[in-house]
Amino acid sequence: MNTFAELLDRLAYEPGRNNKLRLIADYLRTTPDPERGFALAALTGALSFQHAKAGVIRALIAERTDPVLFELSYDYVGDLSETVALMWPADPAKRPNAVPSLSEVIETLATLGKAQLPAQLARWLDALDETGRWALLKLVTGGLRIGVSARLAKTAAASLGNKEPNDIEILWPGLAPPYTELFAWLEGRAEKPISLDSAPFRPAMLAHAIEDSDFASLDPAAFTAEWKWDGIRIQAVTGTADDGQAVTRLYSRTGEDITKAFPDLADALRLPGAIDGELLIVRDRRVQSFNVLQQRLNRKAVTGKLLADFPAHLRAYDLLVDGTEDLRALPFAERRKRLQAFIEKLNSERVDLSPLVPFDTWEALAAARADPATAGAGTDADAIEGIMLKRRDALYLPGRPKGLWWKWKRDPLVVDAVLMYAQRGHGKRSSYYSDYTFGVWTTGESGDELVPVGKAYFGFTDEELHRIDRFIRNNTIERFGPVREVTHEPDRGLVFEVAFEGLQRSTRHKSGLAMRFPRISRLRWDKPPREADRLETLQIILEKIEAGRSGTSPAVAEN
Amino acid sequence: MNSKAVGLKAMRPEDLLTPTPSGVCCRTGGFHIDPTRPVDKAVITHGHSDHARPGHGAVLATEETLDLMRLRYGDNFAGSTQVAKPGEPLTMGDVTVTFHPAGHVLGSAQIAVEHGGLRIVASGDYKDAPDPTCAPFELVPCDVFITEATFGLPVFRHGDASGEIARLLHSVAVFPERAHLVGAYSLGKAQRVIALIRQAGYDRPIYLHGALETITRYYQQRGIDLGVLKPARGADKAELAGAIALCPPSSLQDLWTRRFPDPVPCFASGWMRVRARARQRGVELPLVISDHADWDGLTATITATGASEIWVTHGQEDALVHWSRLRGLKARPLAIVGYGDEDENDGTAAGAGGAS
Repeated sequence: MNTFAELLDRLAYEPGRNNKLRLIADYLRTTPDPERGFALAALTGALSFQHAKAGVIRALIAERTDPVLFELSYDYVGDLSETVALMWPADPAKRPNAVPSLSEVIETLATLGKAQLPAQLARWLDALDETGRWALLKLVTGGLRIGVSARLAKTAAASLGNKEPNDIEILWPGLAPPYTELFAWLEGRAEKPISLDSAPFRPAMLAHAIEDSDFASLDPAAFTAEWKWDGIRIQAVTGTADDGQAVTRLYSRTGEDITKAFPDLADALRLPGAIDGELLIVRDRRVQSFNVLQQRLNRKAVTGKLLADFPAHLRAYDLLVDGTEDLRALPFAERRKRLQAFIEKLNSERVDLSPLVPFDTWEALAAARADPATAGAGTDADAIEGIMLKRRDALYLPGRPKGLWWKWKRDPLVVDAVLMYAQRGHGKRSSYYSDYTFGVWTTGESGDELVPVGKAYFGFTDEELHRIDRFIRNNTIERFGPVREVTHEPDRGLVFEVAFEGLQRSTRHKSGLAMRFPRISRLRWDKPPREADRLETLQIILEKIEAGRSGTSPAVAEN
Repeated sequence: MNSKAVGLKAMRPEDLLTPTPSGVCCRTGGFHIDPTRPVDKAVITHGHSDHARPGHGAVLATEETLDLMRLRYGDNFAGSTQVAKPGEPLTMGDVTVTFHPAGHVLGSAQIAVEHGGLRIVASGDYKDAPDPTCAPFELVPCDVFITEATFGLPVFRHGDASGEIARLLHSVAVFPERAHLVGAYSLGKAQRVIALIRQAGYDRPIYLHGALETITRYYQQRGIDLGVLKPARGADKAELAGAIALCPPSSLQDLWTRRFPDPVPCFASGWMRVRARARQRGVELPLVISDHADWDGLTATITATGASEIWVTHGQEDALVHWSRLRGLKARPLAIVGYGDEDENDGTAAGAGGAS
């Protein structure tokens, strides 16, 4: 447990993805089975046991410490698990002679009754050091939060045997902690485990962003185009289990099993096969914007009301498996025909075919992209974020192969905003101020004032970064811990052109709205802050987005 | 309440050593201990800038403390100086003053003040943990113990410093192409960290920020073996890959770090026990290494002195006062202004800051 705790501790402070990978790989390489397998399970969220409530932990510490000292400590540290981990009175005389392993902790928790939990926790806490206690408490309360995705942990595991992460993704649904057969394969000691899962995930094929300069070398006739729908890319797999029952699983783009969140959609997928598509919310035959989907994603409990208000829908892009036949080695045009037949046979109102966008020249396609509503998308246009281009002869290849699939996003929304606060970045950008909070003008109690509307970390070159960094250092008006407040007056300050993909209402922000994917698109050294945009501009954009989804437009056409 | 020598001891503790906002003052002996404003005669526990300030008429301190003050403030830092040898009683007015090692940094001392059978020990800053770069803490039985409380909360348990060094060296092994920058206060902490790294068997050159050079050289002159040290200035990026470099904590996020390849910011401090503190400073590898006693050290020391009265100078005094009272001891915070202030601004201009 202590070495796993060390890993978690280090990961919690490490901002860089590659460095996290190396820390996890180093741990997996040097830790024996089954300990490392349970660690991999903890990092990928593959564990399930009843989590301990904060009250249990409070009661344990109250029995052992003076209440005044506890309150003073909690007040200083600010986190219950951490406070308890640090001030736990580990009496050396009572210290058990063995530190519990992670395997022991996980195997015990799997079968432990609620009534026995406090005493068992206390025994473990007595045996562990500060970091070990912290990790244990984070684990049992279900709050690891160390910024490691399941995909990242699997990628680290794959690196042990110089395998592709996708090799693990394919096997993953058929594996269970502590994954000894997986590690044996990765270390070259055994054959590849056989995936026995009846509805496994297949690694997704991804697209490259297209640049204007790419078109010159591309032949329009070699491509088909579809709308790029603004939902969640998923893979819907239906197979037949040993007992003859149909098994359906919905996977995210990275292979995370999200079936539980969308039972309404899973129920509709009865035919054996694997569909690659976009999960959308469709009401009254109209595709809703991502904002609406977001509202369903934000809810933890899947209630009947949620299912009725936010009906899940699959718009199918591709067919990877038809029955038990793997289609991935067929060209896209062939797969598309098979997909069409599959959808017709499935005959579900929850699943439909992603329509093609007809075009013969790039100019025609550019016109469709600029105005999807009149190019066939009709009232669904608000849920479109651009065009997907797929070579007719493209095989279905995992990862992001070059030249086969392209995404051509709609031009982003832009606004001119003023830099207000800056914070230093991490990794290669450590020491540089590279995280920016920017604001727009609004009418305050004493005239116009700036209100923050978002944060951006990228969109500028290294040279631009150096120049912004210098500006921030020379124009700091106040410091709040690591944050610098930067001059932002009508005639003094720095204006950014900020590009973003959408807007949502937000109660967390003073401005009342939040941006989707904001990034710096241009530096406006030439522009005085007084000429930056106003909050009203953003509110109008937001209202337009909302009007698009509410269905009040008179132009609703019969489909 | 104290039965010994009741007749002789007309003096209350507050009459022997009187707490004031700028330090404790001994009227009978005519001196202040660690005054935070200029006085005629100052008795100084150790060289950190919050305790050892320039501008006093006369200064009594250990040889090392006087040397360190000279290095930081120049030759004219006081009107006159007098060397105190640890363990040798000195008479000042009617009182006897004796220096005893405090185990905090090189030259650090506790000061025992005695008069008519009453002994008060002003411990300055201290630690009861082993340190290869200074004399170990000596327990001095007393009636009144004046203690710091920098880490006076039960969440502060520092553990074994060599374990923290092992974490640092493990990280160097995992990231051999990155530089590890260890923020460490320039007097005491930096040299202790280097000595601990050497104890762990690491024998490659260790690189130093310019602000650490003078005091580190002084430690070496005093016979403390720190191995091969090189200035970071002038070293090229390739040479610094996989290297360990030490700098003042304030330089960790500074322009200075740009000379290093993808640096890992580390910080050696007792504060690193608390995650939020480490995050606020952008630290990626916090190392819990402190030059102060932790909670267990403070409470064990208070008990062992046998003192019936505890005065708490600075830090988390509420918790330590509360703890002392729970044990039936008389306890009070002294509310001295200006100790411990150096933790946040590292005083690099002066060449040395306070410690933690």
